[in-house]
Amino acid sequence: MVSMQPQDIIRINASSGPVHSGVISRVVERSGTDIRRCFHCQSCGGGCPVSQAMAYRPNGVIRLLQLGQVREALQSSDIWYCIGCNTCSMACPQAIDIAAFMDVMRQMAIEEGVPLAEPDILAFHREVVGSIHRYGRTHKLEIMMRYKLGQRDLFSDIDLGLRMLAKRKLDLLPSKISDQRAIKRIFETCGVKGNGRSR
Amino acid sequence: MAAAADAVEFSYFPGCSLATSAKENNRSLMKVCRKLGFKLVELEDWNCCGSSSTHSIHSDLAFHFACRNLSLAPAGRPLLVACPSCMLRLKQAQLHLQADPDARRRYERMWGRPVDTNLSIIHFFELLDNGFGAGSNPKLQAALKGLRFAPYYGCMLTRPPAMRHEKSYHGLLEKVLGSFGAEPIGWGHPSRCCGTFLSVAKPAVVTPMVNQIIQGAVDAKADCIITACAMCHLNLEIRCSLKTQLPIFHFSEILSIALGMGIKKSWLMRHLVDPLPLLKIKGFLEKAAGG
Repeated sequence: MVSMQPQDIIRINASSGPVHSGVISRVVERSGTDIRRCFHCQSCGGGCPVSQAMAYRPNGVIRLLQLGQVREALQSSDIWYCIGCNTCSMACPQAIDIAAFMDVMRQMAIEEGVPLAEPDILAFHREVVGSIHRYGRTHKLEIMMRYKLGQRDLFSDIDLGLRMLAKRKLDLLPSKISDQRAIKRIFETCGVKGNGRSR
Repeated sequence: MAAAADAVEFSYFPGCSLATSAKENNRSLMKVCRKLGFKLVELEDWNCCGSSSTHSIHSDLAFHFACRNLSLAPAGRPLLVACPSCMLRLKQAQLHLQADPDARRRYERMWGRPVDTNLSIIHFFELLDNGFGAGSNPKLQAALKGLRFAPYYGCMLTRPPAMRHEKSYHGLLEKVLGSFGAEPIGWGHPSRCCGTFLSVAKPAVVTPMVNQIIQGAVDAKADCIITACAMCHLNLEIRCSLKTQLPIFHFSEILSIALGMGIKKSWLMRHLVDPLPLLKIKGFLEKAAGG
């Protein structure tokens, strides 16, 4: 059995810049779930429907934090591919709320300003949040069109979009709430702008 | 099958999908509820529940979105939710409010009134989880005869650890539709995630996921897939690239057939995978009401 020597850990840390001390407790506090309980049984990744698109898988992202490789974790594509389906949480013998952990990882990645692995997924999320800012609900057609415009990718789904329009799966006009002020107040209180970015 | 004389009232939260892209789900669900003696009163001026995108990047925003909806619910009337994802958001916000005094303070500051932490929030499935079925009525027992279906729950049955003690509806599709004569197939993907929002930004990731689910149902010789969630329904319809595609039905549409009310043409024309040939072969179409 190969045992890890202290100098190995130092080397791993050195490769990722300064160790972010206390990062794990910050993640635990924000997510409300104790990732320190993870003993790396890998049940999470085993059932994860998007694990094939991930580099580390959920327990691997937790491991990166434990090893002090915070940047690697925040820059991973894994945190963006997680769709929060909770399949992992059902399998986790330590009852870790992995979806909540991933929410916090995404939010920390944005706040820290690290290069993001999947900026297009973030762009989509921001379009959805922007739609709620405008209408209080999501307006799918506009979200899809604005997203595609932003990606300068107008044609990849155009036949699908037309089929959906023909079948009336996409409404031309949004479904709106009347108390727009209440929604604006929520955004204001949370420090989020109409484009889905933080103030 | 019990039909109540006096309608039981619920506040109803349809959510963005049922209000727009899945209107056929909304309409069939309302129709089924009416038939069963449940009166749904749409929650006035409801907003997005805070699902997927919002909680992915702004937890606080998602919490307050859910809270506004809870604050709109009139006291003494249970809140009925149609979408599994909305259900999870609203319920999680409520659990948070119950457990955390600071969350309650934030709620009260925002909405200027105390929280009703005892508000009963239930999913549509709950209405059917009391032994509901065809009963001993031979006509009802044969209503869906000949239909082999793949029961598809998506992530309706998966929950975060804080909700582990909540009721699970595993097997409900099979139990209910089975009593009406439909035949559930056993297969490996009843709870496999459909890919949800990645469908827009990462179709190349979602298509294989959807294909795997549909191929699973084809291999098990199902005639169709019956979904519990409107989002799943959409993804299964739009992201399948297989040669053989299966019709996908909302649970509520099939319930409408089972209860003798047929399936409306206006619902069927909103399906991207044409369900008409299957319904014709199975003889379910002549029962269809027009409109």
